[in-house]
Amino acid sequence: MNAHDKSISGNATKLNLAASAAYTARLIDEVETLPPAAAITLGRRGFLKLGAGAGAGLVLAFALPTGKADAAESNPRLINAFVRITPENTVIVYSKGPEIGQGIKTAFGLIIAEELDADWKTVQVEQAQVNSKLYGYQGAGGSTSIPRAWDQLRQAGAGAKAMLVAAAAKAWNVPAGEIVAQDSRLTHKASGKSATYGEFASAAAKMDVPDPKSLKLKATREYRLLGKRYTGVDNHKLVTGQPLFGIDVHMPGMVYASYTKSPRVGGKVESFNEAEIRKMPGVIDVFALEGTGKPVEVMPGVAIVANNTWNAFKAKAALKVKWDESEASRDSISALDAKAKDLAKNFPATIDPKTGAEIGNVDAAFAKAPHVVEAYYDYAFVSHSPLEPMNTTAHWHDGIVEIWSPTQQSNRGQAAVAEMVGLPEDNVVVHQTRCGGGFGRRLMNDYMMEAAAIAQRVKAPVKLQWKREDDFAHDFLRPGGYHQLKGAVDSGGKLDAWQEHFITFTADGKSEVSGGNYSANLPHTTLAPNIRRATSMIPLVTPTGPWRGPKDNAQVFVNQSFMHELALAANRDFVEFLIDVVDRDIPELRVPAGPNINFNRDRAKGVIKLCAEKAGWGRKLPKGRGLGLAWAFSYGGHIAEAVELSVDDKKHITVHKITVVADVGPVVNMSSAENQAQGGAIDGLSTAMGLDVLMEDGLINPSNFNNYPVLRIRSAPPLVEAHFIQSDFRPTGLGEPAVPPLAGALGNAIFDASGVRVRTMPLKKLGYTI
Amino acid sequence: MIRLQVNGEERVIGDDVTPDTPLLWVLRDSLGLVGAKYGCGIGSCGACTVHVDGKAVRSCTLPVSQVAGKPVTTIEGLAKGDELHPLQAAWVKNDVPQCGYCQAGQIMNAAAMLKDKPKPSDADIRGAMTGNICRCGCYTRIHTAIQDATA
Ligand code: FES
Ligand code: FES
Repeated sequence: MNAHDKSISGNATKLNLAASAAYTARLIDEVETLPPAAAITLGRRGFLKLGAGAGAGLVLAFALPTGKADAAESNPRLINAFVRITPENTVIVYSKGPEIGQGIKTAFGLIIAEELDADWKTVQVEQAQVNSKLYGYQGAGGSTSIPRAWDQLRQAGAGAKAMLVAAAAKAWNVPAGEIVAQDSRLTHKASGKSATYGEFASAAAKMDVPDPKSLKLKATREYRLLGKRYTGVDNHKLVTGQPLFGIDVHMPGMVYASYTKSPRVGGKVESFNEAEIRKMPGVIDVFALEGTGKPVEVMPGVAIVANNTWNAFKAKAALKVKWDESEASRDSISALDAKAKDLAKNFPATIDPKTGAEIGNVDAAFAKAPHVVEAYYDYAFVSHSPLEPMNTTAHWHDGIVEIWSPTQQSNRGQAAVAEMVGLPEDNVVVHQTRCGGGFGRRLMNDYMMEAAAIAQRVKAPVKLQWKREDDFAHDFLRPGGYHQLKGAVDSGGKLDAWQEHFITFTADGKSEVSGGNYSANLPHTTLAPNIRRATSMIPLVTPTGPWRGPKDNAQVFVNQSFMHELALAANRDFVEFLIDVVDRDIPELRVPAGPNINFNRDRAKGVIKLCAEKAGWGRKLPKGRGLGLAWAFSYGGHIAEAVELSVDDKKHITVHKITVVADVGPVVNMSSAENQAQGGAIDGLSTAMGLDVLMEDGLINPSNFNNYPVLRIRSAPPLVEAHFIQSDFRPTGLGEPAVPPLAGALGNAIFDASGVRVRTMPLKKLGYTI
Repeated sequence: MIRLQVNGEERVIGDDVTPDTPLLWVLRDSLGLVGAKYGCGIGSCGACTVHVDGKAVRSCTLPVSQVAGKPVTTIEGLAKGDELHPLQAAWVKNDVPQCGYCQAGQIMNAAAMLKDKPKPSDADIRGAMTGNICRCGCYTRIHTAIQDATA
């Protein structure tokens, strides 16, 4: 491919940063909102058996209510579904979602195995292919993997079991109701007959598929597998270094690519030192891409294709691009911070109901309240920085483009690539790989689209590998934010008024940037008769996006810290004050009826009380030691956390213990749930203490982990205790909820230890170290 | 042409690889050993940790020319056949990984530490492991698994 056959002047690209920002804003809403329950339960004829191409034994797939009933049978590429039972008595379960470290591959396997009454020791879990017609939604985000798939997977297991039982009943000539299925074995007590699932796998495949509605799913107390501890299904591969991740993909004849975009987002390629780069060792090709002008897709840049990753990186280091920066970002954090401080001085004269709210009469409440507190809080932009830098392998062949990608949104990626390159979606074949962390970064498929665009010009499989520096420079940041608060407590010691002015950012001048609007969760937990919220927006070019626990990850810090300030002003015990705040009926704030809004006062009180108890709330602590607590209703979970720490006179913090108490309904895998609770709390601590991304004249700092101090084991608390209140509510996810409460608990503990209030994240800006 | 000793086998690296290429990319791209991971490329995260001469090194900053003739062990060569190294077994037993991306580097780093300190104290563990980032925050379990493997 000749680099000259395409204009390298990227100036032809029309930038559309605002459209990109609108996409990421919509993405959060879509990802975090559960579809109505009806869409995820199956209708009649919900199951379908797969044909001969599917291999021997029983194979069960689904027809989604909206999908084509014969999708599975008519698609020759389709070789897997949800569950397959082989004549050798192996149960293979296909996990349809991305594994990003949230433990979903093991959890999905367990959920199916539970209803199937399979012997977990003989269950293999494999990654399903990307096929939304067969599997429906295959993303990971908003802690919705389990709630979205819960019914679907349980029905898959129960449906397969019903067919095995039917086959045995027919062969043994006994009533199906008398057959017991357990540990991958069918037993009929009266006749003494017994057989493995494998023995009936082929016969079961000939049985009628059951109506999903006829299946009786287990009650929580009947679980044999769920709720116990399991090691992850990929752990053996992980500890022996087997290929699993996107970066591990290897194909015969594969070449390696780097891609270089403008360090100031929005810069276009004017020219570059092409001749010099072509002479570099191992370089196969170098060319500019105009891109689509959207950061969520492909921005202008220079691709270098080489014979190995190192040569692609080395040539990248020697690349000199002249950027046209006429439309590029000139964002500066110092200017943004100053502007926000200025805006905070005046509460907006009018409240836009789209970005604010008004209940009761805050002014009247402030006028008569015995305790009124005002405060200004702010927090920084932060990066996702999953440990596996962005990468994707793409290969154009036989009229299709085949893609291997560590993505959190494979279906979206497939559709976006198809649209970009003008192929029908079926000709874009995406393979989901394990992801070396996600945290929301991989909800955007920019790197997948870049790989597809680069590979289109190379007649070989191409692995696009971002450098860590690319990851930091081209992230979709958790936006920083600023909150001017005023609150009042009445003479009875109850929260009476809450006024909040949120100063955030806008890409299009109309609506808030992705991740920079008010949390929809916090109104449930800030129950006061008088509330006034407004939003002001500062223009921003730097892309933002969903970051683990979007909005809550920062706003809960503000909310729970200020709540603590109010409780102290009124001389009240904080735990009692918090319970009063949630245990209140404010008609305007009543939770609307609906299957997916699961805020529940009793669950809220339950986690707060148990957390206080487990953390030893009310204990007398030695000087310099403090205990802080905070809670959140976040991403479907009710969760409280307590931090016990010491602060010395040099502002050095030692965290002794973190206590996490969560109610996410029934726990699927207790080991994984604990890991998520611990990891979320550590992420919260790491981010609150030391992480910020600064923009100066459009340039992003940090560049790598040497100047982005992710928490190390040296500073990690020795003890992170996790407790679960296992209620009978539908299960919700755990990838996100453990992050938001931590920073509030940390700040409140610092106050308890030292009498100093922290109102800024990260705390390193205030001189704290850990 | 460079001759390497990797996991007890001699491997010959062709001329398509320049001598300044970090060992990490030789392992991954040329030898198909992808257990060592790329996280930062500047020695800041530990994801690429392997053993050279029995010592833990960051393979992302070590030119392959400096490794010629020295024994290299990667995570793929840590187990004795089917028998996992005690750390690998402890990692599985304690279900340490979340995303798992850092874990090969964590295990290799811990394995080198145990050669010097077969019974590490809490402070030893925290000191020796602090160069290895776990972005998912599995630190509590990493600590527990190391103790478990040495108990
Ligand atoms: S990749 Fe080598 S230390 Fe990070
Ligand atoms: S398990 Fe994800 S980085 Fe350690």
